Amino acid sequence: MLRFTVRRLIGMIAVLFAISVIVFLIFNVIPNSDPAARIAGKNANPALIARVRADLGLDQPLPVQYLTMMKQIFTGKLTSYASDQNVAAHIIAGLPATLSLCIGAALLWMALAVWFGYLSAVHPGSVTDRALTVLALIGISLPVFWLAAILLYYLSFKVPIFPTGGYVPLTENPGQWLYHMVLPWITLAVLYVGFYSRVLRSNMVDVMNEDYVRTARAKGLSERQVRLRHVLRNSLIPIVTLFGLDFGAVVGGGTILTETVFNINGVGLYAGQAIGKLDLPPLMAVTMFGAFFIVFFNTVVDILYAFLDPRIRLGEAASV
Amino acid sequence: MSTATLGGRSPWQLAGIRLRRNRFAIAFGVLFVLIVAFCLAAPLWADHVAHTGPNQNHITDRVLVGGQLTDVVAPDGTPLGPGLRGRYLLGADQNGRDVMVRLMYGGRTSIYIGVLAALITTLLAVAVGVLAGYYRGWIDAVLSRILDVVWAFPVLLLGIALGTTLALGGLQIGGVQIAGDSLWIPILIIAVVYVPYMARPIRGEVLALREKEFVEAAVAQGKGPLRIMISELLPNIVSTIIVFTALNIANNMLLESALSFLGAGVRPPNASWGTMIADGYQTIYTAPHLTIVPGLMIVLTVLSLNVFGDGLRDALNPRAQIRPGR
Repeated sequence: MLRFTVRRLIGMIAVLFAISVIVFLIFNVIPNSDPAARIAGKNANPALIARVRADLGLDQPLPVQYLTMMKQIFTGKLTSYASDQNVAAHIIAGLPATLSLCIGAALLWMALAVWFGYLSAVHPGSVTDRALTVLALIGISLPVFWLAAILLYYLSFKVPIFPTGGYVPLTENPGQWLYHMVLPWITLAVLYVGFYSRVLRSNMVDVMNEDYVRTARAKGLSERQVRLRHVLRNSLIPIVTLFGLDFGAVVGGGTILTETVFNINGVGLYAGQAIGKLDLPPLMAVTMFGAFFIVFFNTVVDILYAFLDPRIRLGEAASV
Repeated sequence: MSTATLGGRSPWQLAGIRLRRNRFAIAFGVLFVLIVAFCLAAPLWADHVAHTGPNQNHITDRVLVGGQLTDVVAPDGTPLGPGLRGRYLLGADQNGRDVMVRLMYGGRTSIYIGVLAALITTLLAVAVGVLAGYYRGWIDAVLSRILDVVWAFPVLLLGIALGTTLALGGLQIGGVQIAGDSLWIPILIIAVVYVPYMARPIRGEVLALREKEFVEAAVAQGKGPLRIMISELLPNIVSTIIVFTALNIANNMLLESALSFLGAGVRPPNASWGTMIADGYQTIYTAPHLTIVPGLMIVLTVLSLNVFGDGLRDALNPRAQIRPGR
């Protein structure tokens, strides 16, 4: 177990380093224009551009530039020059809203996906199965931002049931918090409900043919017990692996569209607004922290897995 | 050799039969072809019915609606809504541009990006997946780690980072200069971002295939690595490639629309379905058709590809799953 953990952590550090290099390349090296002018913002004057160049050491050789940039990002000193505001402070201020959105949506999508997947798999080919399959396919075909816009238009403007966006902190007013989060949760969950319910359905259909399911029936368990205790439980393993990947991805940048349309003051909205203003430092920081969070979260999930399932720590790591 | 009574069927024939039996998938495949035809007909509609181009403004024009001369864009800024007529069949936008014409031209852009990016992804992913799976060892280790790193980025965020930084000065690859507002920027970004999602499963398949006897037989015949990869391994992963490419076009179109909506994809005034929603969303409460119509087109197109791709998967290869990255 210790050996597995150490090996996994070393792998994580290598990937984190590679990610930081890629982010550096994307923002400072690959584009074909002066990085200082790009980072300074759309309407920067020469003095500001000179300040950016000095702050980030952009006249230095590339390895020095890399180190300066990492230092700025990880000490929280990175500044958005277009607005002259600290980037880290903004990201930290946005975290509660983003986490509210992600955790709520994740609970919703797991619950619905398991329910729908189970209903489909119980009678493959039935009307329920077909209807749920169609719904799932529509779910994975909807552009998130469009779904958000349509929900807002019909459910808060045409028929004013829900508020027109915005965020109320949980600590301020839990009722209002919930009321404001309902539509964003649904929006963010739809894609994953569609995808997960289909994966679960095909897993369950596969597992139903396993020997141990026949054994369970042979020893006289009711069909319901067989389905819940043997088929569903074993079919959930790949879903939990996927969930590890996707929850990381949602927190690390998957909320940009939802937060932008619903005007939820989180990390995603901050990044979304930075795109419109071509303000690069917030995007640098959000990309870096987003990817870091995903890698970190996946490593933790892997280690937990190995702890729960000896086959993984003795053999190779779980593959998706 | 097939006997006269039984008649042998190749795996491809069997797949074709299975696909034809899936009426649902075929119907949606036809729908996709119709949508493509609709978009390709854009110049015909623009020249002969609407008499305007996709980027032509008509803010101060007036047209006959129900026998009455009406402003294309009312003095309060509200554009003409949809109605049964040649010009402005789907209404106008804030600049007085004909939405129907823009929708057709925008669809060309969206589908063009989706298809080209999917083809590039396929080329890269097959190359990486086959090389890594065939050679194993350090080549596999290096390629797999690169895939892992790209895979670690959220797709949308990576697209945004590249889209925003490349918007200003464009990109220079070797001696080729790509301008910041070129369609090639979103195409290349989307293509690169999705490579790991396809290369990983292909690598897995090749790893398993190369242990099979027919590869051993090819080695014994003295075939070189390149010959084995192309003439032995590739034909065995073609079905995976086809399914993934179809589903990738769908994912690419969604990513293009998201990037364009956020301002990191197709640059205005070029129309794509994503940029049309980005523009239209500003006035969703007064002119909802500007948001609803292009969005419905995206949903229909992506849905048709997803259903058809799904049918293809059932017919060709019931195992492969693609994880939508967003």
